[in-house]
Amino acid sequence: MIEQNLPVLIPVSFLFAALLIPLIGNWKQSSTYPLVFGAVGFAFFLSIYGLSRVLTDGAIHYQLGGWIPPIGIEYVLDPLSSFMVVVITGVALLVLVHSKSVVELELPEKLIPYYSIAMLFLAGLCGMVVTGDLFNLYVFLEISSLSGYALIAVGEKRSSVAAFRYLLLGTIGASFYLLGLGFLYIVTGSLNLADLAKILPHIYLEPTVIVGFVLMVGGVSIKMALFPLHGWLPDAYTLAPSASSALIAPIGTKVAAYVMIRIVLFVFEPNYFRDTLHVADIITWVSAAGILFGSIMAMAQDELKRMLAYSSVAQIGYIGLGLGMANPLALTGAVLHVLNHAFMKACLFLVAGNLRTKVGHSTISEFDDSLRKTMPWTMAAFSIAALSMIGIPPTAGFFSKWYLILGGIENSEWIFVAVILSSSLLNAVYFFRVLEKVYLRSKDTVDVHHAHNDHVKENQAVKRNEVGFSMLAPTIIFAIGIVLLGIFNAVLVNEVINLIIPAGI
Amino acid sequence: MNVAEVYSSSIPFYAVFVSLIAVPLILLSSRFPNLREFWTIAASFLKFALVFTLLPDALHDRVAECRILEITPGIDLALKTDAFGVFFALIASGLWIFTSFYSIGYVRGLNEQKQTRYFASFAICLSATMGIAFSANLITFIVFYEILTVATYPLVIHKETPVAISAGRKYLLYTLSAGVLLIAAAGWTYSLIGTLDFQPGGMFGESAISGEAMKGLFLLFLGGVGVKASIMPIHSWLPTAMAAPTPVSALLHAVAVVKSGVFGVFRVVGFVFGPDVMAAHGLDIILLILSGITIIMASLLAFNEDNLKRRLAYSTVGHLSYIVMGAALLSANSFTGGILHIATHATMKITLFFCAGAIYVNVHKENISDLDGVGKAMPWTMGAFTVGAIGLAGIPPVDGFISKWYLGAGALESGEIIALMILVISGLLNAGYLFPIVHRAFFRSSKNFDGHGEAHPFMVVPLIVTAMASLLFGLAPNLFFQFYDLAVKISQSVIGGVH
Repeated sequence: MIEQNLPVLIPVSFLFAALLIPLIGNWKQSSTYPLVFGAVGFAFFLSIYGLSRVLTDGAIHYQLGGWIPPIGIEYVLDPLSSFMVVVITGVALLVLVHSKSVVELELPEKLIPYYSIAMLFLAGLCGMVVTGDLFNLYVFLEISSLSGYALIAVGEKRSSVAAFRYLLLGTIGASFYLLGLGFLYIVTGSLNLADLAKILPHIYLEPTVIVGFVLMVGGVSIKMALFPLHGWLPDAYTLAPSASSALIAPIGTKVAAYVMIRIVLFVFEPNYFRDTLHVADIITWVSAAGILFGSIMAMAQDELKRMLAYSSVAQIGYIGLGLGMANPLALTGAVLHVLNHAFMKACLFLVAGNLRTKVGHSTISEFDDSLRKTMPWTMAAFSIAALSMIGIPPTAGFFSKWYLILGGIENSEWIFVAVILSSSLLNAVYFFRVLEKVYLRSKDTVDVHHAHNDHVKENQAVKRNEVGFSMLAPTIIFAIGIVLLGIFNAVLVNEVINLIIPAGI
Repeated sequence: MNVAEVYSSSIPFYAVFVSLIAVPLILLSSRFPNLREFWTIAASFLKFALVFTLLPDALHDRVAECRILEITPGIDLALKTDAFGVFFALIASGLWIFTSFYSIGYVRGLNEQKQTRYFASFAICLSATMGIAFSANLITFIVFYEILTVATYPLVIHKETPVAISAGRKYLLYTLSAGVLLIAAAGWTYSLIGTLDFQPGGMFGESAISGEAMKGLFLLFLGGVGVKASIMPIHSWLPTAMAAPTPVSALLHAVAVVKSGVFGVFRVVGFVFGPDVMAAHGLDIILLILSGITIIMASLLAFNEDNLKRRLAYSTVGHLSYIVMGAALLSANSFTGGILHIATHATMKITLFFCAGAIYVNVHKENISDLDGVGKAMPWTMGAFTVGAIGLAGIPPVDGFISKWYLGAGALESGEIIALMILVISGLLNAGYLFPIVHRAFFRSSKNFDGHGEAHPFMVVPLIVTAMASLLFGLAPNLFFQFYDLAVKISQSVIGGVH
């Protein structure tokens, strides 16, 4: 019985928590955390269960209100969407465990609204993934976006500016998407994804369909922060509170990437965007440009979170590249990178959060080797994530690149192979820049006027000053996860991702 | 040709990972230096013993295979102990034992910082080297090759001086770029033939691939393995990496890392492309020209260096290209000579580096011009140095002569008279830049060494043993380890193509 309801239960559990937290929390604040972890833990359990059922028995469909699609709204767990909800809820679970201390430190007054909004944000993301209806997807997109703006705006002073900028661009993106689905609705009279997939091939060359498709892809590109539409991202990730950026950065843009994959490869047929409209070429070229741009900009940043934000722009490029090359190997790389990058970025943003909690800043030029003594485990996790970002086997990052490279070679697109490979080296430059400071730069050479260094000066032997267990454990789990995902990626590819690859690609 | 018999075994797995298991133990016992060093010594003996048990099978064409797991769909992370792998693993693991003892004397003698990190990184490097030796396919090779790159970095920057840090940057720039090229080459190969398993005599078989594609692929491979093999013009990281502590230079920059590079060159020539494909597309000529230039240029550049370790580094660059030339000549004798030179150069060069380190620890002198009369203070050390120097010049009875003899014979067999001339000239140049050091040590005098004797026995004994080994293997190359038989077996399998 529960199986049939799985698709809807996942977003609904977050929605319930979002409502219950302010209701009960105002009366009894200590109930906030049980509600949060109850909701996200339950959703994670359901996602895992859903994935295992989908892998054995095939897709699960749920008809909202009993209305039969295409009239009613349908929620679907198929291999791709169940994979995505596992990624979202799994990463969110660990990040939220970590966020407990960070939120108490950074936003002591706003505990209840923060978690309520975070739950809404996750409800939106999960809803976007499981829904089988174009307009319902828009609704969830708006839920996640609006709550996302709020999550960012609660940060430092300037964060409201960043959030406003994101709001403007995000609204434009969402509007484009809405406009696009309107165009499709006018010609097809349907909003159901599966239904559209049946109708559309007959009218592919209608100008309305073409315009609708382009509007939707353009709109989603903004939400995905695909270069050159990434303008909102660096400020938003940098200025948001650590807890928010750790929650949004690993999974926020990935869900937009999921929507892109869903529309381009499932609602439409792969050869439509590849051969008929040649949109694929545009996506691959801008992605390649984004990879180089993001990596080079990351090298120039002095703030760790901003560096990671630019690195995200580059990593989204990998996903775009894999999608645009549109062959099974490249798409495997793209989907695997959704997961791998979620783990890597989550780990790195948690490290940034740990630094801000204990050291009070995450400015790269002020890092010195006292960090490796005060926070050895955090820094070890950072090193592993950094090696994975560079693509050193057997960490996860190597393998998504490996599939992307194979995909590029299969299409004989040598320039993209070269871009992927050279971006590894650029990643090496900006990560080793940090690692070198953390492990090799003795603190005597650093300016010690800053207040945060005062306690270091007091006692020459630097004392262990690692973050607490609830923050350290998620960081370490992500780091271990990065290695395990790499070593056992074949299992994942064979059992899950091969089922995701659509026919006709 | 006889067919290699494959049986599954977990010994190669243990041989690779025993030093990796030692890493947490080393880290945990960081407060107890003697216990910490015990783990290193125990791991090194155990590793050598495990590799040694594989030797009889390798000599009788029995290959132990260990499939660890499927690393990407269709490709396993797999270890295979063919004769070549066992040969390389024996050398690296055997010399690790001596280096471990020597390291203890060295880091304690200098009171080095961060000794735990030092020994831990060393253990990871040895695991990676074994992994490279036993790789059954290119992906496994790449995995361990990249691990080796990263694990060596902390050793290169060990001193944490600005010089060491910039050497580390240069090292990463070169080796990570090489890794990227190797990945591209592997990806391309996989998309062309759908397999990445090493095959004696080449993995391309009958597949029809255009000459341009072959050349491009070969250059990618060459860039990938050539950096660690320090073929000119991509060699310059090696002299710079001499900023590392001397035991690191001794084992990694004379044996494990650089030999992984030339091992890779041999794998590419003999087991990826194969002699037939190499000759058909003129790829051997590319390799021959590059290695010939490197041998001569490196020997000449060595004259320029007054710093002892840097002179030895250039000498290493030259000698690595002996091995590359052995691969490029594509004849049975040249393969035998090149493979033997992996072993002989290892014993000789590690001796010389050990000597340089012993002098440095004892009297803090790094420059050759300061070494007048050091032979009187440290007769054993400089005696060992003399043995190594004679060997590198290719003079019998030291083992460098043997490998050079077969290289020369191989050059004649392939009809490359120029290659033979390069070998002869380079022998003279070797004598030219090494013998003056011996001369200074024994026949000049200075006040630099008054009151100094030999270094700590932990350092002197290993270097005497490696010098003795150079002599012994020169007199009897088959002693203990059947190095000669192994080398012949490997070259026959490549030429004849055991399937």
